Amino acid sequence: MAQSNRRAAGGRIDRNRPVRFTFNGKSFEGFEGDTLASALLANGVRVTARSFKYHRPRGIMGHGPEEPATLVELDGEDASGNCPVTTVPLRDGLSARSVNCWPSPDFDLGGINQLFARFIPAGFYYKTFKWPNWHLFEPSIRKAAGLAAAPSAPPAQGHFEARNAHADVLIAGAGPAGLQAALDAGRAGKRVFLADEGTEAGGSLLSRNLTVGGRAAMDWVADTVAELSKMENVIHLQNATVWAYREHNLMIVNERAPDQNSILERSWRVRADEVVIATGATERALVFGDNDRPGVMLASSVQAYVNRWGVTPGKHAVLFTNNNSVYEVAVDMIAAGIAVEAILDSRNEVPQAALDLVSGVTVHTGTVIGGVRGRKSVRGVRAVPKTGGSGVWIDCELLACSGGWSPTVHLWSQSRSTLRFDDDLAAFCPDQPKQACRAVGAAAGNLTLDQIIEGGEDLSYGIEPMWRVDVSGQRGKAFLDVQNDVAVSDVHLALREGYDNVEHVKRYTTGGMGIDQGKTGNINIIGTVAMQKGLPLQEVGTTTFRSPYTPVSFGAIGGLRENWGLFPYRHTPVTQWNKDNGAVMYEAGARWRRPGYFPKAGEGLQEAVNRECQAVRTGVGVYDGSPLGTFELKGRDVPRFLDFIYSNIMSSLKPGDGRYGLMLSEDGLILDDGVAFRLDENRWLISTSTGHADAVNQHMEKLLQTEFPDWQVMITTVTSQWNNATICGPKAREVLQAVGSDIDLAPEAFPFMSFREGTVAGFPARVVRVSFTGELSYEVNVAPRHMAALWDKVMEVGAPFGILPVGSESSHVLRVEKGFLSLGHEVDGTVDAYDLGMGWAMSNKKPDYLGKRSVELRRSGGGTRRELVGILADDPNRQIPEGAPLTPGGRKEATDGLVTACVWSVVHNRWVGLALLEDGHARQGETAHVRLKDDVIPVTVTKPVFHDPEGKLLRS
Amino acid sequence: MMLITCPFCGKRNESEFIHGGPVGAVRPDPNAVSDEEWVEYLTVTPNPLGPVQEKWWHARGCGEWFTIWRDTRTHDIVEAPDGTK
Repeated sequence: MAQSNRRAAGGRIDRNRPVRFTFNGKSFEGFEGDTLASALLANGVRVTARSFKYHRPRGIMGHGPEEPATLVELDGEDASGNCPVTTVPLRDGLSARSVNCWPSPDFDLGGINQLFARFIPAGFYYKTFKWPNWHLFEPSIRKAAGLAAAPSAPPAQGHFEARNAHADVLIAGAGPAGLQAALDAGRAGKRVFLADEGTEAGGSLLSRNLTVGGRAAMDWVADTVAELSKMENVIHLQNATVWAYREHNLMIVNERAPDQNSILERSWRVRADEVVIATGATERALVFGDNDRPGVMLASSVQAYVNRWGVTPGKHAVLFTNNNSVYEVAVDMIAAGIAVEAILDSRNEVPQAALDLVSGVTVHTGTVIGGVRGRKSVRGVRAVPKTGGSGVWIDCELLACSGGWSPTVHLWSQSRSTLRFDDDLAAFCPDQPKQACRAVGAAAGNLTLDQIIEGGEDLSYGIEPMWRVDVSGQRGKAFLDVQNDVAVSDVHLALREGYDNVEHVKRYTTGGMGIDQGKTGNINIIGTVAMQKGLPLQEVGTTTFRSPYTPVSFGAIGGLRENWGLFPYRHTPVTQWNKDNGAVMYEAGARWRRPGYFPKAGEGLQEAVNRECQAVRTGVGVYDGSPLGTFELKGRDVPRFLDFIYSNIMSSLKPGDGRYGLMLSEDGLILDDGVAFRLDENRWLISTSTGHADAVNQHMEKLLQTEFPDWQVMITTVTSQWNNATICGPKAREVLQAVGSDIDLAPEAFPFMSFREGTVAGFPARVVRVSFTGELSYEVNVAPRHMAALWDKVMEVGAPFGILPVGSESSHVLRVEKGFLSLGHEVDGTVDAYDLGMGWAMSNKKPDYLGKRSVELRRSGGGTRRELVGILADDPNRQIPEGAPLTPGGRKEATDGLVTACVWSVVHNRWVGLALLEDGHARQGETAHVRLKDDVIPVTVTKPVFHDPEGKLLRS
Repeated sequence: MMLITCPFCGKRNESEFIHGGPVGAVRPDPNAVSDEEWVEYLTVTPNPLGPVQEKWWHARGCGEWFTIWRDTRTHDIVEAPDGTK
């Protein structure tokens, strides 16, 4: 209940605002301003997690995104898996659980793995679960090893959003260096975008007691933030991580909990002229046996808990270091009432300035840790001279370690900029930029405050690298990557087995592949490889830094794309009429909403479709053909352009006439089919299938701009400029006459495949005689503003003729009866015009057109081809599933065809189908076999036309 | 995401453009080449490690097709290697 480890005063927390939360089902109290980690430490919770592989007890080691040991799963409205405990802001009602353990981290059944640890080294799974198939073992292994599951539902409230921004300077990090850079750029009038991952500006200054010009450093931070907030040219975001550095200075920033209540997270895409990388440095762990026990922490993290959150993570402490930075930590710990039992320094000599800070504390130089006592908590460490020896045990419950500091070069490296290993700093530091960026502050290797801001005071750094403790008699696993349970022995094994490139070591051992991406441990892996191979670290090199720098929720990446809001449907002026008249609406390609069929009360799909088809075949029907892609082409060179893109000749058409044609791509496949009409000498109208309109437009534009830039052809998309009601059926002419038109509709005056302009129902109209149903058909095009009135008029005047609206289901039936092809059904990217029995569309007169040579080339090799045929099952009432395969004799063999369509024909009162069948044209009259899972359907092969094979009706 | 300079619109995000593939050989007279040459023309496109001339289409902008030289190793948009445009 009581926060036993909370200091009496101090810290950047609001003690007047207590916050209640639960962890693993137990209730605790913290304060506003806490993280989940600081609140757990304040409450004395030691074991907060179990490790990934061996299920060893783990505590909290870090204080920020570098946290390697404890991941939590959040419940309720925060539902999210695998959050580093140190990055979860505490909030009233927060409920969190440890991952990797059952039933609790204190008593975890998976801990039995520790007994088998020596049998499950690196590469164990690769070697063991090979036979018969990894996938057999994968589910149970993943369950045992896995982290938290993804939330099962999206957040109940709020949404994610994305935003674009431009900046003269983007600054990643609002620590001392970033704030100084922002101040300089802001004062110079530049557009500044400053983003920092912490909830407060200040970076490392938040947890250190430093001074600037004699004043507390945090006062300098407050002044700077205040000045920036007054500048209109500065955007300053906190709790916003710059997580990706992409091409051409595109930075992606994940802003959590923006001010607006309804927005959960915001994803910024910022294009910056210059990027300033002020991401600071990350403290490294030290590597010794049992260095993962709860109570082992980063020294800087202990300092952060003591100063920033007013928490003492332990009462008796030992510090272990290879550099000067912990001496200042020790001062703060002592001030907080922690008994510092000893400082173990691996260096033989410690600068006097450091020693002066901690007078009265025992400092063992040239000393390392040779062993750790305690399992669920550190109880003591063995201080051993690094030259060897038995050493002495020192009791403690807190071990603050510093292996030195690594500049946080993640963004720098993501930009492809290079790194060099600096021997003085024993760290990889930014070298040559490859994009417009520069690193400043600790990220650039300036690890002390006096190097960063004028008047800053800090102790010198003075590191002597130690990648792992190398004394004899050590016991326990020495972890390089705490999160993924990768120990020194695993890296040695990888090297023995030949995985000696650092990238291979990473993949074989999984070292550095956890959620923390090895922020505290990767350098020690590189150092261990270097020691083992006797190479300088520069030659071993780093693994590739990739985004994200820290975990980003999928919601933030998805942004507003969680719904269909940005992908609207397209409607015609008849949509409302369709809905009012009971249409079942479909999407008919290219996001067009079209009526599927118009059922009467109590009627099913098939009955409605039969009724509509019957109307078209024996009376009259009308459909809204507006979504059909339509383009007007103008210019002197349109005829030769059309001759090039269509397989047949278009240039010979007279004004007012049209022709059906195929468009091929250069590789000889069918791109689209449609009709072209010549309106006058230099003006043409072409139509394309609904779903391919955009593709055909792009195809034409590309050719004109890239291949024929000097040809005079202008393309205008008129799909939505003209809407049409297509009246079809034997009585279509009578209906159109009754609607009223000044166009002479007599068959000889207005024949099939011609075009007339005039008025229909008093509206200016373009009437085209084309037919996609096989019946007499008039496509009446009017301006969209007239479409609804035209439609009403057609329905009203057509009523005595029994006119019916026709949906896309019926259109499908009618075109199959007629054997008209449909892209995506009969045309699947393998067939050519000859296969479809449309060799007549392939001009022999033209020496060249798109696709000609490729079709010839493909056919010149001989061999059998799948050709379009009709199929009739012996049983007329037997429906054949579309897409079903045909096999030789119906045997279980490689297919020799597939059913492309099967519909109930109102003409024949039976099911009729189309199929692509090997050598189909020569097999007419023969029996072929459709093979289903449990059945074989014998079918008779016919010509692919079941209605009006001579085409008399559509020409009538 | 790259920043591509459209000849008309200036610098724009890659998301406004559609990649049209590398600039390949000029289309030969299909009646004057062998089968092998035709297949070569159809299927073999430049794929260098380094600068390549590419066609891009400002599809969600002005609709212009144009070419750029892009370094395939770095995504840097570079000068034409031979100084031509």
